[in-house]
Amino acid sequence: MEAESAEAGRAGPPAPSPAPLRVGIDVGGTNTDAVLMEGAEVLAVHKTSTSQDVTEGICAAIEGLQGQQRFVPGAIAAVMIGTTHFTNAVVEGRRLAPTAAIRLGLPATASLPPLTDWPPALRGAVGEHVFLCHGGREFDGRPISSLDEAEVEAVAREIAGRGIRTVAITSVFAPVDPQDERRAAAIVARGAPGVAISCSHELGRIGLLERENATILNACLVDVAAHITGALARAVARAGIAAPLYISQNDGTLMSVEACRRYPVATFASGPTNSMRGAAFLSGETDCAVVDVGGTTTDVGALVHGFPREAAVAIAVGGVRTNFRMPDLVSVGLGGGSVVRPHGPRPEIGPDSVGYELTQRARVFGGPTLTATDLAVAGGRCAIGDPGRVEGLDPRLAAAGLELIESRIAELVDRVKTGPDPVPVVLVGGGSVLLGDRLPGASRLVRPDHFAVANAIGAAIAQVGGETDTVVALADRPREQALADAKRSAVERAVAAGARAATVRVVDVEEVPLAYLPSNAVRIRVKAVGDLELARAGSGDTAAGRRRSP
Amino acid sequence: MARLIQAADLEDIARGAAVLGTGGGGDPYIGRLLAQQAIREHGPVTLVSLDEVPDEALGADAGGMGAPTVGVEKLAGGTEHVLAFQALETQLGRPLTHVVCGEAGGSNSTLPFVVAARLGRPLVDGDAMGRAFPELQMSIPAIYGVAATPLALADQQGNVVLLTAVDNRWTERIARAITIEMGCTAALSSYVMEGATLRRTLVPGTLSLCQELGQLIRAARARHQDAVERVTERLGGRRLFQGRVTDVGRRTETGFARGHATIAGVEDWRGQECRVEFQNEHLVAVRDGTVVASVPDLIIVLSSDTAEPVTTEQLRYGLRVVVIAAPCDERWRSPAGLALVGPRYFGYDFDHVPMAPPAADGRHGDSPAGRSPGRGPCVSAPGRRGRPSP
Repeated sequence: MEAESAEAGRAGPPAPSPAPLRVGIDVGGTNTDAVLMEGAEVLAVHKTSTSQDVTEGICAAIEGLQGQQRFVPGAIAAVMIGTTHFTNAVVEGRRLAPTAAIRLGLPATASLPPLTDWPPALRGAVGEHVFLCHGGREFDGRPISSLDEAEVEAVAREIAGRGIRTVAITSVFAPVDPQDERRAAAIVARGAPGVAISCSHELGRIGLLERENATILNACLVDVAAHITGALARAVARAGIAAPLYISQNDGTLMSVEACRRYPVATFASGPTNSMRGAAFLSGETDCAVVDVGGTTTDVGALVHGFPREAAVAIAVGGVRTNFRMPDLVSVGLGGGSVVRPHGPRPEIGPDSVGYELTQRARVFGGPTLTATDLAVAGGRCAIGDPGRVEGLDPRLAAAGLELIESRIAELVDRVKTGPDPVPVVLVGGGSVLLGDRLPGASRLVRPDHFAVANAIGAAIAQVGGETDTVVALADRPREQALADAKRSAVERAVAAGARAATVRVVDVEEVPLAYLPSNAVRIRVKAVGDLELARAGSGDTAAGRRRSP
Repeated sequence: MARLIQAADLEDIARGAAVLGTGGGGDPYIGRLLAQQAIREHGPVTLVSLDEVPDEALGADAGGMGAPTVGVEKLAGGTEHVLAFQALETQLGRPLTHVVCGEAGGSNSTLPFVVAARLGRPLVDGDAMGRAFPELQMSIPAIYGVAATPLALADQQGNVVLLTAVDNRWTERIARAITIEMGCTAALSSYVMEGATLRRTLVPGTLSLCQELGQLIRAARARHQDAVERVTERLGGRRLFQGRVTDVGRRTETGFARGHATIAGVEDWRGQECRVEFQNEHLVAVRDGTVVASVPDLIIVLSSDTAEPVTTEQLRYGLRVVVIAAPCDERWRSPAGLALVGPRYFGYDFDHVPMAPPAADGRHGDSPAGRSPGRGPCVSAPGRRGRPSP
């Protein structure tokens, strides 16, 4: 199901290979990882510390790849980048622009104005520029009240007068009917020329406060977004790559760099998604559990049809509730550096860990602390450091400890599994040496190569998607018709976002009747994804298709 | 004892109300924010216990009707709940001295705080159900023959509808039709009662119980204790099942969102299966083919890890949950109560089997765990003034 376009999307010098080359880069808080891929094959990987300067960091990553495997920059068909810059900007409250929050919905919604329930510091960072106006829709599309053009014009003048340069517009039931947001955006653009405008119907699902919060966060990131996307584009250009640049979204699909400049919040939480998708891709599995054993913790998640299953609860970014979803991960404080305390033959393991000091403090590295890695070496599961230093260890202790580790990780796998049958388990992370060649509940264990750069691979293999979320009164049209309309709309959005039409598939349909009402209204949410159209990839600038579907 | 409820207290109350909501009532988040906003603007709410309500008092419930899915999008305007409450006063020609909570579940448990704060009236610590139910006539005062009307509905536009109906079933039908016209959410005030009737018919102490449940979930989590166990103990209930949701089916039927969740067992229940059926609220729990709990007893689904209550809309594949059952107010087990909310009312072909014998002192006794098994269900309908409408 991964993108493996056979078409040559490059116009550069003679290509050294038949499949298009892609560069995937993941800029994390600590490390920047990069991969060079040819179709499904990983040609080169590079890992380095994340630099202060965004452009320098990307250039260094691409140079690092060149050091591993020479390639002609013109042969690159696409560059995909996953980044935590925008999440970090919100969390740190840095460089956020004063933002006007316009809500269309009076006389409804006045009880809870925009920025309700925001942490005071972040409220201060975006300013308290809140405007409630008439407009918005009922669930069935009827107007709550007519949009009052004079009212919005007055707000636009006020915005211009206060020198505010970015605006978030949220209308009640915009996912059902976005017209009021579009009209208000046009009025604001006329009355306050040059302002950046974010509209909620591009950003999320039903749930006014959460969608509005995401829209305001998006709007206040305008400067950061211009800076970061500019820096990323410059880096790619400096490396001599003319191919289009794509940015990872939280649901594991891509958006154009232009769309990212306008909708930076769609990058929130893309890291864990890329990591899981990358791991699955490397293993060749699409429905599996992914077990990531680090130095201190183990995270386990499930992939369904190649995408991580989402957590039920919306995530808060910087203390603000949004409608963005994270992969549903379960964790335990157990990793390669976990401290082992023998209690007779039954040891206690973790949750404390020597962490990054493993190579100083673990026994096999001459240190004083007995760690989970020492048990793995003593048990013959791996050869790390000096195995001689754990020769004296009670073999029963090592066996019991490894068995305990296995059972605790097996329990996590069981929790994410979708049924009683064993599932393939993909093992990644430096600590995965703790596990042997079997695990209860696993149909097979897969240890893919290159797992250390799974995030970057997840970015490189990403597809493009489209989503619709709407409330439909089934009195107006039959259910089948409503479903078909929603599916078609999602597919169209995927194509508009740059997917090759022939490859677009509907991957998720959710249908929830509205409770407590005899009106037969249902909420329908559809998500479609397809392979990136590399030949015409440069046109994927539309935000219409990439409306983000947290 | 009367006591003051501050904005900060609403977090616990809303979480506890979601527990008693037994899957219904929608996300408690918005209801909590509304109450907090009202208290910040108008000051704390005085919560009075039932026995402090004087005979000459006159109370009515304050809440809402409609679809929670709409409620999280089209937020309250801010005046509609007060408008509905005051419309009843106008109709009655005398002031309402007390605000009443109609159901201790979902947003209807926090909306009374909005009206109490804005009007500066005391709120009665109790409710008309001891849990949540989907329809207007499903109220313990109704068992005693109290009429839901006069009833007032108000919307954000300022429209007010005053309703008088021949019985509570008609009230439900007409009020719901009006609610749809109002955009699927409406503010509602109903069940006008004098002090003596309030004291006799309401379930005492349920708002305090909500707060207590919220507190103990929060405290147990902070101390890494088993919050689910604490909730179960406090309600005098028992753990029916623990597992992972493997299937959720939903359908719209007779105007309500009905459905079921299938849960595959873990730990003590490994190899077993539990099916929880719902119509907005959880109605029936079936374990390996046997009904182990049924409405009107409380069937509560909590997240295994956090004890966070799970609403029927949040039920989804892969969630790890614990299902607990807790005894309802004993008056629901009377023939008149079961006629209103028993399994047969919801279309099931079996009678209610109490999950645990009701204790003589009601379910708010100090030591529900100590009840002796084997006593039959309570069948006396206390002090009925007339037959409730069928």
